[in-house]
Amino acid sequence: MQHLWLIPAFPLAGFLVNGIAGRKFPKPLVNTIAVGSVLLSFLWVLKVLAGLQPLEAAYTERYFTWIQSGFVNVGFDFMVDRLTAVMLLVVTGIGTIIHIYSIGYMAHEDGYSRFFAYLNLFMFFMLVLVLAANYLVLFIGWEGVGLCSYLLIGFYYLKKSATDAGKKAFVVNRVGDLGFSLGMFLTMLTFGSLDFATVFGKAQAEGAALNPQTITLICLLLLVGATGKSAQVPLYVWLPDAMEGPTPVSALIHAATMVTAGVYMVARSAPLYNLSPMAMEVVAIVGLLTAVLAATIGMTQYDIKKVFAYSTVSQLGYMFLGLGVGAYSAGVFHIMTHAFFKALLFLGAGSVIHALGGEQDLRMMGGLRSKIPVTFTVLLAAAVAIAGVPPFSGFHSKDAILLAAHAHAPWMFWVGVATAAMTAFYVFRAIFLCFFGAYRGDAHPHESPLVMTLPLGVLALLSLAGGYFNVPHYLAPLFGGEHAPHDETLVYASVAAGLLGIGLAWLFYVAAPSLPERISETLGGLYRLVYNKYYVDEAYDALIVHPIRDGSRALLWNIVDARIVDGAVNGAGALARSVGAGLRMWQSGYIRRYAAWVVLGSAALVAAVAFWGGAR
Amino acid sequence: MPDLAQVLAAQVPLSWYLILSVILFVIGAAGFLIRRNIITVFMCIELMLNAVNLSFIAFSHKLKMVDGHIYSFFVMVVAAAEAAVGLAIILTVFKNRETLEIDEVSSLKL
Repeated sequence: MQHLWLIPAFPLAGFLVNGIAGRKFPKPLVNTIAVGSVLLSFLWVLKVLAGLQPLEAAYTERYFTWIQSGFVNVGFDFMVDRLTAVMLLVVTGIGTIIHIYSIGYMAHEDGYSRFFAYLNLFMFFMLVLVLAANYLVLFIGWEGVGLCSYLLIGFYYLKKSATDAGKKAFVVNRVGDLGFSLGMFLTMLTFGSLDFATVFGKAQAEGAALNPQTITLICLLLLVGATGKSAQVPLYVWLPDAMEGPTPVSALIHAATMVTAGVYMVARSAPLYNLSPMAMEVVAIVGLLTAVLAATIGMTQYDIKKVFAYSTVSQLGYMFLGLGVGAYSAGVFHIMTHAFFKALLFLGAGSVIHALGGEQDLRMMGGLRSKIPVTFTVLLAAAVAIAGVPPFSGFHSKDAILLAAHAHAPWMFWVGVATAAMTAFYVFRAIFLCFFGAYRGDAHPHESPLVMTLPLGVLALLSLAGGYFNVPHYLAPLFGGEHAPHDETLVYASVAAGLLGIGLAWLFYVAAPSLPERISETLGGLYRLVYNKYYVDEAYDALIVHPIRDGSRALLWNIVDARIVDGAVNGAGALARSVGAGLRMWQSGYIRRYAAWVVLGSAALVAAVAFWGGAR
Repeated sequence: MPDLAQVLAAQVPLSWYLILSVILFVIGAAGFLIRRNIITVFMCIELMLNAVNLSFIAFSHKLKMVDGHIYSFFVMVVAAAEAAVGLAIILTVFKNRETLEIDEVSSLKL
């Protein structure tokens, strides 16, 4: 036994202690419990993985039978294979770093222990999600991280926009979860089990014998769930709004870990997707569409966190593209490198915001290079990583995806390259607007404390060098030999696109700052369309939210509830009252009148017996 | 020298007893409905009970079964208990209201 259960148990214990008694604890104790529990979890992951190497087959631990009913048999099982190992390291590793950073970032905030309790609860659910050995246990974690995401987006619960964003995330995720649930039911019906080992074993053994339409349907339903959790078209709308939460939350949950749950789930279900080329195609197209759409929006936003939020959506799109073209290990590789540089981007942005006393608007920044040099350096490291500049981490994973996309369909590669140029552009646009030129705000910038800059430094190293963890090679046994031919020209093309994006950003925002305004004026309507995020929120409002709300008001409230339900309840009361009013006439209080009724009744009884013969 | 009981049994038919019983019962019921004095009403109840007793005994004798006797004993027990409780109630009513007019004791209503 490796006691896998200890991995999520540490953060759960941290959550319980801090959640129940944290308000009475001094801050150092809260820190120790919160960070310590996650650190212990990380160390336990290291110990477990060291004990299980080389981990060629999945290692499963069974704890108890959870549901036993008819042919449904679901155990509470944890499992570790190479995919899980990568995810465990990313989640607990990045989680620990962000917990440490949060000590500095949240130092002056109210609800300190509540924040750390939620973070620990999130870690618990995320680890359950990753460790799960069947879809239902995965679903526990899946729902749990959604809950924590909701709690943490709405962390500043006195701010209406924050609570609204929390609700939006929750509701949008429900749509995805419906798809995921249906996918699970269909899996249960088709394979008679939810265990990964059983389902995938059957899928591989029976392969062609299974009804391809059923498999496609399962895959598409699971994809609906993944689009909700991983913010893909059409359910990506909640993620940019989720930036209302504290910045470490944006880094941990809405960039590095939780949003990759959908990618992880699809990669986990690879044996199913392999049976359905159509579903794979849909995954790739959804990913590509998301990547392009979000990247274009990201180029126009002025809120630094919004820029990075759309960047996250766009990068998740890349991961789905990778999955869809069959490069599962490249997708997972991108999960990891993205976790490094996107966590760094958000934490760096948090450091900037912290330095400026809460300012998030890029137009109110500028010239911060010399004022907060450490933050500048680490953000630059993250930016070159995400822009795909060799030899930094983003270059490796993005290229793996793009090469696989080229092998699948060249047009996908070229769209991906264009997106890479946009990615480099919007990230460096943010960097240049923030750190170059003259300072446009009126705060007094100060560098963040060591407890914040140290995690930034670690993440910067990972962002720069993380590409040399050879994840695709490590995962190759799991996903089979998906090997895209290495083509130098294609690599040059994508790198050139990235450099072009950086160059354009330099031209627009440092060399000729008046240029962007002229261009946006020239483009006019198109610019406004993108700046307003393609009016997707407004369209959803008009097409879905309003009809549902108005329909509910007109039909469910005013007719079903007010008339039918209330009518039935009030009617029962009124009936009882009117019957009572009639019967009350009998209750005169005159004994002789009662006696008369008794006599009449007896007479009637006797008469009836005489007439109908009575009992014999 | 024939036994009186045998003579009565032979000569007085069952119907006579039943007719007497009915007469007594109707007098009781009518009194219950018509009279207003609680004591009288109470006596009428006793009269009805005894009318029923009479028919029980008559049937019992005719059918040579002891069941009727047993029932009439039950009725007597109930009547005795009722007399005890009823008279106590009547006493209390009179103490509180200084009336035995049955229609004036009518507060048990809405």
